[in-house]
Amino acid sequence: MTCLPEITPGQTKLGLVIDLDTCVGCQACATNCKEWNASGHSGPLPDTKPYSAGAEGVWFNRVHSYEAGEGERGRTVNFPRSCLHCETPDCVTVCPTGASYKRIEDGIVLVDHDLCIGCGLCAWACPYGAREMDEDEGVMKKCTLCIDRIYNTNIPEAQRQPACVLTCPTSARHFGDLGDPESKVSKLVAERGGQPLMPELGYKPVNSYLPPRNRSSVAAKPEEAAPTPMDIKNPLLRWMDKVLTR
Amino acid sequence: MNPAPSIVFFTTASGAGYGLLFWLGLLRPLGLVPGQGLVALALALVLITAGLLSSTLHLGNPQRAWRAVSQWRSSWLSREGVAAILTYIPALLLGLALWVDAPTLALAAGLLAAAGAIATVYCTGMIYASLKPIRQWHHPLVVPGYLALSAFSGAVLLAMLAAFAGGGAVPALLATLTGAAALLLKRAYWQAIDAAPPIATIESATTLGFIGKVRQLDPPHTEQNYLLREMGFRIARKHAAKLRLIAQGAGFALPVLLALLAVLIGGTPAALALTLGAVLAIGGLLIERWLMFAEATHTVMLYYRG
Repeated sequence: MTCLPEITPGQTKLGLVIDLDTCVGCQACATNCKEWNASGHSGPLPDTKPYSAGAEGVWFNRVHSYEAGEGERGRTVNFPRSCLHCETPDCVTVCPTGASYKRIEDGIVLVDHDLCIGCGLCAWACPYGAREMDEDEGVMKKCTLCIDRIYNTNIPEAQRQPACVLTCPTSARHFGDLGDPESKVSKLVAERGGQPLMPELGYKPVNSYLPPRNRSSVAAKPEEAAPTPMDIKNPLLRWMDKVLTR
Repeated sequence: MNPAPSIVFFTTASGAGYGLLFWLGLLRPLGLVPGQGLVALALALVLITAGLLSSTLHLGNPQRAWRAVSQWRSSWLSREGVAAILTYIPALLLGLALWVDAPTLALAAGLLAAAGAIATVYCTGMIYASLKPIRQWHHPLVVPGYLALSAFSGAVLLAMLAAFAGGGAVPALLATLTGAAALLLKRAYWQAIDAAPPIATIESATTLGFIGKVRQLDPPHTEQNYLLREMGFRIARKHAAKLRLIAQGAGFALPVLLALLAVLIGGTPAALALTLGAVLAIGGLLIERWLMFAEATHTVMLYYRG
């Protein structure tokens, strides 16, 4: 059913917390996401013309880079963009076949590829561009929050996390239950003032973005090291320097 | 937004078909349309069916299209499918009633078919109007626009057929009125979307507004992707002003004048004038529908283009 499940207090809301302060834009999350999902729940993920000009494919994670602000306040921010597993996702309710659904038990938004007719309406309804059409299979694909990892009892417990989170070299990505105020991720959001994307559209994203930390003061210019008397090779000049510095 | 030809054709053809069905179902039982009305009904059903079939070409898996009627509780696309299929029942009954000349059945089936036609076009409009990320579609004038354009193109077609059957000033007058109304509505809509501010900014899309103005430094990928092709379409948006003028002049104003002329002169010249009017109206609608997509902007492009 494409009607949204009732949201009850204390509902589990699995999602990601992405730290825009520490993300270095290395694309490892996007690459590992592609690697894992090319053969998992949503596999295969198509790549058309992979070895020539015009290469493109379906990716669930895209890392943008922006410049924000001017002058001393200005800075570069790397910005990974993926499905936010919204609380009120229109991508689910517009689906005419019931292929698109939000899981009641953890809030993950998924597509049943056997029901999808590939009309593309869900991609139109998503403000964030989280859905990309698999034009080989004619069905819509999207981030599954690595549902085939996080509940997978065949892999070591420490690895039961989304591929993007596991691979991040700066630990800029965190996974957990944002419905539980006591969880690590919820505390992180509270402590750092995590923000939703485009809240004005009313989709209530579960994923949260931690803002870049304020640079309280811009470091003073490094002082130019003054030459010591020993840098002066000519003895006469060295003597003059000694006299004049007195 | 990418104006997929199958969808542009679908909304134009089916819209005109449902408009024709609406007027036929309403006017034929009242005796305001000359002749049997079966030709008009056949044309309406051909347009509707061709449009619906065309819309399935846009699907990745057309063989699963039947699944699309299941989610009518939440999805306007599903509701449209249900309404479209249900409308065939009174439409075919109307055909039977006209065939065997059963006036009571024709009246009942005609009214039901007219109601079904309105419901289907309303659902079509709501598919677009319910999409919040596209401000040009998520607008109160979108659904009235779809209804008015459908009524207009249907009235022009019915007036043409009625004129060939020898008479039918009422459909021609209706074409004049609905055409004028559609023109005014469309002008108001264009003014409104031109004046409206964007619904979101790159600052709110990235949460970085607290630092200052945000601009793109590096794109996430250097080649195309589905999002850019589907949501990033902007070819010929620069011709939008000219295309709007052409749609208004050739698609609305001229057919309205031709319909008015047809009311005054009558006979074969009227039928020819209305034929030209119908061709112009459908052509104008194709342009208008193309613009409806080409001019629409999606919030995901904030991430790519700011």
